[in-house]
Amino acid sequence: MTGSMALRARGLTKRYGSDNTLVRAVDEVDLDVPAGQTLAVMGPSGCGKSTLLHLLGGLQRPTGGQVWLAGDRIDTLSERALARLRRDRVGFVFQSFHLMDELTAVENVELAALLAGRSPGRARRRAMYLLDRVGLADRAAHLPSALSGGQRQRVAIARALSNEPLVVLADEPTGNLDSAATLEVLRLFAELHSAGQTLVVVTHDARIAAVADRVISMRDGAFADDSRFATTTGNVYDGRR
Amino acid sequence: MPPPRSGTARLGIDNPIANGYLLAVWSEGCAGVQDVVLAMLAKEPAHGYELRRRLRDALGPLGDTMNAGQIYVTLARLGKAGLVTSERADGLPDRPDRRVYALTPAGQQRVAGWLAEVSWPKPDLTEFHLKLVAAAAARLADPVALVDAQRREVLRRLRDTQLAALDRSVDPVAGLLLEGVVLRLRADLEWLEACERMWADRDRTGRKAQQA
Repeated sequence: MTGSMALRARGLTKRYGSDNTLVRAVDEVDLDVPAGQTLAVMGPSGCGKSTLLHLLGGLQRPTGGQVWLAGDRIDTLSERALARLRRDRVGFVFQSFHLMDELTAVENVELAALLAGRSPGRARRRAMYLLDRVGLADRAAHLPSALSGGQRQRVAIARALSNEPLVVLADEPTGNLDSAATLEVLRLFAELHSAGQTLVVVTHDARIAAVADRVISMRDGAFADDSRFATTTGNVYDGRR
Repeated sequence: MPPPRSGTARLGIDNPIANGYLLAVWSEGCAGVQDVVLAMLAKEPAHGYELRRRLRDALGPLGDTMNAGQIYVTLARLGKAGLVTSERADGLPDRPDRRVYALTPAGQQRVAGWLAEVSWPKPDLTEFHLKLVAAAAARLADPVALVDAQRREVLRRLRDTQLAALDRSVDPVAGLLLEGVVLRLRADLEWLEACERMWADRDRTGRKAQQA
């Protein structure tokens, strides 16, 4: 039974090389992420956290173990089915934004919906709604080159939400941002969290912990620590000591 | 008004988002508190409650649980030392918060000296370092477990401070203080990661040596 888990993994393993050069990037990891949870996976570079995110989102295939997304096994899917799953059910956010330079902000956001077969009108309306939600409605016609780093990342987050994904997976989303832009992205994540979006963020930036209700520390491909926090209600003086 | 608890200002201990760096300024009898109170009077003479408000504004969320009593204790000491004068305000009851406080020339000199001074608080890592060394040497506790527990605590403080900084109503100047606290705590977390790597490696090497 997978219950209401947005993500579930059992014995999840990714190895590279063999014998003497064998690297266990992810080493028999078990994970349950309930729907609506904001999970931060932290650890030094090379601990396997990015590989874990790729396995959970179907960007890479595991060498062992199983992954379920909202109850459906994904590690056994065909390449084609996996591509469709990444497009329709998972939202990705990357450190370097990965926006199309020649498309405007709104065109970047609506692209995923168009690829998923939505009508141009519907895709545009949804994209404008999402840009408004990330506070960039007035930048819709700008090219990425005319936007600041923080604005580009917010466009990327709007794009990730385009197809109402079951889960948003973010890899070092604040890695290229200054402190003011980091605040903007953290606030946006907090809003997504209150809206019930399931969110998994891998990062070495501990500030993410402010918007997470769970922080896992990863080392050498395995979980070293798993801390849970009372869900934030915006009041930091709520008696937690 | 309840008296301050022994030796520790409320701002440090009772505020869940305050931490060691701020405690340093507010420990009782610490010269820093006197300097801060004097400097807050430098703009113009002020009522006790006005002085408190200036401090609370500057501290933002970290000032919410500031102990008023300590400020009046400090003002009384500064008065005895001849650094401030105070007089009863017309038509108001004679209470410490209703008196108007002003710097004396000696007080002004002290503020100028304080501004020019380049002291800087030193976060003390030595105690924790020695805790790990002692625990490992005597096999009293697993140093890696101690690091883990400490990291959880630092992470919790960082989380609470960052959460306060996310509030859009925080004044940008007060937000700067929160940013400074977050940066310090991030540095502490990085150091704890280095501690973890070292002691985990030692543990592995030690076990291999025993097996051989």
